[in-house]
Amino acid sequence: MGSRKWMIYLVLIAGVIVFTYPFFWMVMASLAPEKEIESLVLLPSRMSLHSYQQVVEKIPIFRALLNSLLVSAAVTAGVLVFGSMVGYALSRLRFRGRNLIFYVILFTMTLPFQITLIPQYILMVKFGWVDTYLALIVPYIMNAFGIIMFRQFFMSIPQDLIDAARIDGCGDLQILFRILWPNAVPALVTVGIITFMNTWNEVLWPLIVIRVEELMTMPQLIALFAVGGRAEAQLGVKLAAATMLALPIVLAYLFFQRYFIESMATTGLKE
Amino acid sequence: MTRRYTGYGFVLPYVVHFLLFVAFPVGFSLVLVFHRWNIIAPMEFVGLHNFHRLANDALFFRALGNTLIFLLIHIPLQIVVALFFAELLNRQLRLRGFFRAAYFLPVIVSGVVVTILWQRLFSYDSGLLNRLLVAIGLGKVGWLVDPDLAMPSIALMATWKNVGLYIVLFLVGLQSVPAQLYEAADLEGATAWQKFRHITLPMINPTIFLVVVLSTIGGFSLFIEPYILTGGGPLNRTLSAVLYIYKEGFFFYHMGYAATLGFFFALLIMLVVVIQKKLVEREVTI
Repeated sequence: MGSRKWMIYLVLIAGVIVFTYPFFWMVMASLAPEKEIESLVLLPSRMSLHSYQQVVEKIPIFRALLNSLLVSAAVTAGVLVFGSMVGYALSRLRFRGRNLIFYVILFTMTLPFQITLIPQYILMVKFGWVDTYLALIVPYIMNAFGIIMFRQFFMSIPQDLIDAARIDGCGDLQILFRILWPNAVPALVTVGIITFMNTWNEVLWPLIVIRVEELMTMPQLIALFAVGGRAEAQLGVKLAAATMLALPIVLAYLFFQRYFIESMATTGLKE
Repeated sequence: MTRRYTGYGFVLPYVVHFLLFVAFPVGFSLVLVFHRWNIIAPMEFVGLHNFHRLANDALFFRALGNTLIFLLIHIPLQIVVALFFAELLNRQLRLRGFFRAAYFLPVIVSGVVVTILWQRLFSYDSGLLNRLLVAIGLGKVGWLVDPDLAMPSIALMATWKNVGLYIVLFLVGLQSVPAQLYEAADLEGATAWQKFRHITLPMINPTIFLVVVLSTIGGFSLFIEPYILTGGGPLNRTLSAVLYIYKEGFFFYHMGYAATLGFFFALLIMLVVVIQKKLVEREVTI
């Protein structure tokens, strides 16, 4: 029995190496002298920030970081505010057509994005939103998944809480944001993390609607940097750029690891 | 009385958003498929021309075939690897949370990061994978340069990136299997395989279905991986559905044909998912 347990640990540790060592290698390679990268296994002979310096010189990476933060924060805020409003209406308010709207929302969840990609781009062109933040934010501030999550969550909140607030003279907006939000932290965290992460990692849509470098998001800028000629076939520079892109989400993951995993497991939903 | 209007007020932003960014695009795609248009010149009605082109388009079928190859490798590999680790983790262990978190790391990192990293790992001359193969006495493999291997290599990379999520999902599934079922089977002298086949597998069937559906959608959504790694090559063998739409739409500005491609790929995804659902339901009743 004991040896069996050891075998299990051994396999599990092998798994850890398979899933994390490549990232370790990436960070080390980004710090290594260019010549050593092709033979690097563990640690370079000396570490320098040279590759990072070059990334900063070649592309407006901090501007892209700012763009990504702004876009992800705006989309997340929109999804939380509008998602909870619609979720509240669908679970706690009565009006004609309520079920119809709910089914429409369920339907949009099953709609593959491939069908709307081209027409949505044309819409952006007609609105004059190409090369603006609006194109990155507005199409994403409503999201069926967020609405469904909030609806589910609000259905589990006791009606007494709402009735009491109503007797105190609260309107529905106050009930939602003053009474329900403080009681809905798990739903807010789940929807918030998933939305922020998906927006942060999105790259196809930015590639389509943003062409000017100052407005590019971080993954977009770095993807173009990796395929274009500006990395000049230097491995270290590409890997440094990739490391900088990974860093914010990995840092967030280190602190809120449990929330990330639980959020994504409860939804089983990604991208 | 006023509360009824509150309801409408609360859903109004959604309805407007839905009409603009979902309903209109879907409707407009049905217009686009009958037109030739580069956005700048006036739209030109071409009847069924786009459908005719699609039916004879070797690249469309190539992209479909590539997606099929991806799915045939990615789905079974993902289920086996995820179930394997979930089984191992589904017991009293120290550091269980740590293992789970480590396997999950590639899931949260951007696909751009993973792809740039794996471009190095796959490198023919000095990539870590080939260095490892040479070190244990095997020959180098043309991961991305060999046309027959390029798509399987991308499937391998995608499995590495996503499997952590499915480990967690399977773990949730496994923990929901009542322990009494195994105890009863033990009393009747069932083997480990019998228990797995007749208790575990049927109980986690919904999770397997979820993995299959999400992977299928993922396969039809592949974009950044071939975009960065291969540009769709070698010999178009990694051209994915979305990469093809992207090229038609944004390299050539064939909006009508790109919309036609999008329409058919979307139709196919929904069709495949419905078929998968039927298959799973049949499996459960057997």
